[in-house]
Amino acid sequence: MANNKKKKLTPVQQEYQELAKKREPGRAVFKNSVRAFISGGAICFIGQIIQEMFVHWAGFTEKKAGDPTVAVLIIISVILTSLGVYDKIAQWAGAGTAVPVTGFANSMASAALEHRSEGFVLGVGGQMFKVAGPVIVFGTVAAFVVGILHWIFNPAAVGG
Amino acid sequence: MIFLWAFIIGGAICLFGQICFDVFKLDPAHTMVLLVVAGAVADGLGLYEPLIEFAGAGASVPITSFGNALVHGALTELNKDGWIGIITGIFKVTSAGISAAIIFSFLASLMIKPKG
Repeated sequence: MANNKKKKLTPVQQEYQELAKKREPGRAVFKNSVRAFISGGAICFIGQIIQEMFVHWAGFTEKKAGDPTVAVLIIISVILTSLGVYDKIAQWAGAGTAVPVTGFANSMASAALEHRSEGFVLGVGGQMFKVAGPVIVFGTVAAFVVGILHWIFNPAAVGG
Repeated sequence: MIFLWAFIIGGAICLFGQICFDVFKLDPAHTMVLLVVAGAVADGLGLYEPLIEFAGAGASVPITSFGNALVHGALTELNKDGWIGIITGIFKVTSAGISAAIIFSFLASLMIKPKG
């Protein structure tokens, strides 16, 4: 795609683009990465604490505690998004807040809030999955393909 | 010990996401899709469950676990009901996450007035 674009440009334009590329301020890759690591790790750390709480006080097994933990994190994320706090943290943390499941909830909640003025059906209902939609679509398709592959190549494990 | 590994593995997955942003210049949607598909494939190969056992929330909180959970539901039902289970089972495990996100986002939009 990038090459196709280049072909259509005159030599002068190409030169300019190269110059612009050189002068483009470099992204602070290292600083961003450290921030993402720390904040992402911290969210998972909090998740682990919640999970231990479910195991010790609510009698969940280690495996079953994962689902309610995710739900609790999502609730916290939606509340923080509503208060406008999550986006402030996200500016500092980058992918550290986007990659955990809280980022998924944040994208849905912020889309819901942002489009509320367009009405509840077209605005909230229609736009809520603007960002989260691709994740669900591709996740589902990938899971379907993996399931089919297991069905074909591993028929011994399949009952019914 | 599991707390430390949760922090390190979870941080590492987020670090990978940040590298996708900054080095490969992917937008958030593409990065998330990549991570979800990676999680789905990893579970298809049987690699994700051991990671969750090892790192706890470090593996189950990042969005990769969403892909893992989709595959897990599909495969569990596949083993139980045969091929139709792939369709009926996909959302079995992720129901908690998706339902919670939809319901609470909607409630938030009912209660909160956006600024501006």
